[in-house]
Amino acid sequence: MQQFELNKKESLHLNYSVITENIEKNSKVLDLGCGSGELLEMLIKKKQCVGSGIDISQQNVIESIQKGLSIVQGDIDEGLKEFTDKEYDYVILNQTLQSTEKPDYVIKEMLRVGKKVVVSFPNFGYWRVRFYLFFKGRMPKSKMLPFNWYDTPNIHLLTVEDFFDFCKERNIKITKSVYIKRGKINKNPITKLLTNLFCEEAIFIIQK
Amino acid sequence: MQNSVGIVETKYYKTEDKIILESGEQLGPIQIAYETYGTLNAQKDNAILLLHALTGDAHAAGFNSEQDKKPGWWDDMVGPGKAFDTEKYFVISSNMLGGCSGTTGPCSINPNTGKPYGLNFPVITIEDAVKVQKKLVDYLGVKKLIVAGGSMGGMQALEWAITHSDMVESAIIIASTSRLTAQGIAFNAVGRNAILSDPYFNNGDYYDKEKQPEKGLAIARMIGHITYLCEESMHSKFGRHFKNETNGIEKPNFDFNIDFQVESYLAHQGQTFVERFDANSYLYITKAVDYFDLAQKHGSLTNAFKKTNARFLIMSFTTDWLFPTSQSKEIVQALIKAGKDVSFCEIDSPCGHDAFLLEFETQTKIVKSFLSKAAGEKNATV
Repeated sequence: MQQFELNKKESLHLNYSVITENIEKNSKVLDLGCGSGELLEMLIKKKQCVGSGIDISQQNVIESIQKGLSIVQGDIDEGLKEFTDKEYDYVILNQTLQSTEKPDYVIKEMLRVGKKVVVSFPNFGYWRVRFYLFFKGRMPKSKMLPFNWYDTPNIHLLTVEDFFDFCKERNIKITKSVYIKRGKINKNPITKLLTNLFCEEAIFIIQK
Repeated sequence: MQNSVGIVETKYYKTEDKIILESGEQLGPIQIAYETYGTLNAQKDNAILLLHALTGDAHAAGFNSEQDKKPGWWDDMVGPGKAFDTEKYFVISSNMLGGCSGTTGPCSINPNTGKPYGLNFPVITIEDAVKVQKKLVDYLGVKKLIVAGGSMGGMQALEWAITHSDMVESAIIIASTSRLTAQGIAFNAVGRNAILSDPYFNNGDYYDKEKQPEKGLAIARMIGHITYLCEESMHSKFGRHFKNETNGIEKPNFDFNIDFQVESYLAHQGQTFVERFDANSYLYITKAVDYFDLAQKHGSLTNAFKKTNARFLIMSFTTDWLFPTSQSKEIVQALIKAGKDVSFCEIDSPCGHDAFLLEFETQTKIVKSFLSKAAGEKNATV
């Protein structure tokens, strides 16, 4: 269990640094489902961003405020009504898309409020996930997907290919994609061709 | 007495100036009862103004004498090392205009008649209360201010942040609203009716009479207390228990005296309130609360907040149905629309509206962090 926590932490760390690297300095950012505010804190420190976050959990909100962040407790499935069009340079939804009730609505709202949108999610098309389901015949569990079928917050799991289709249907432009495999950025040109099979986690920057 | 501000003295500031009230009437001279804790720094920018709720007073922290049994109303939050840290901040607390604990109100002497104002006291609003507090804050030499309050105190803090945007740097609004619901007004109206229909009310002119409108005021307080609790907290406090108990077995009385424990609680609250509060003040202050409506005054709530330069911390409580979370969210959404810096937390509590006076541990964590960010920024810009 401890090893698992460690792995999760490491992979989150990479995820945070990838997102931070891809965000321009001095940007205005909104982090949806910001957890206890680690990414936001990193963006403020390393990229001098101005930012705020939304999270549904009281504990996360308190921990974020303790980091000196401006956080509003709220449910992103209710939309971003109070935010005006293109108010933010970036709206971020990190590792949360698959947990939203209405992912299409949430992304639509993000694209309205943000000039650019950062989305990341675990890829359900990853070969190990497929392998698990195929051979074990059970809902896949891994360090990215640690939950049981009955207590998972991940109610809208998707694959990289699903996301491509989703964007195509809605004329959403993918301007940057980073694929992560086993805690490393996937730079291998061969496996890149087979992204949906070899990527464990995907990070996209999209815009409309 | 650990972490207490210790023995404090209520002071009085009197301004001879007349102020023009929101109603257009003039009022003056005005006396303000206040207490301060901590020291004002050389830049005069480390002040926190605490705004009390409906029936509070200037005595927010510490004890007024060695014999005092109970500390001030927000003692859990105010003191060395506490949420409002008196080692860092100069904390001010004053009694609201229209009150009965030292600040000019209906029980004060009307200089024109030499007798208590009674119902000749003009109807006041939250805006008027803030106007009077501003006089005090200026007198104390404060340049920059943090405002904080729960319930009606939150209304005053909002009014401060909007009206004195050049002065207020941070605002902490707890279990409050930008306007009371119709339901909230209704409860206040019943309370006022109880007072107005008391046979000893005598049109507000009762100060020199043998009998006071105690029954009416007590009933008003009982109604208030129902709204400050919630079903869950009432159930866990009293259940259906009877007061009467013989040999460990609770029994009903079969009469109309105090029978259930919840009745006994309400009667006790009513009785102790009558000893410390004035019926006329209750009428005036509940009316000020009912009238408060930022959206109506400024066109919209977003418009109202466009004027402020403060950072906001908004907190609500899950079981508070008098000042529900939805109303705090209204404030948060309007602040975001107005492009202001806001943090919001809905605190899980079984205590109803009263939670803002009881849930001090969670509030302390949040308030301390919120204030330390402000302090950090201040240091950074020096």
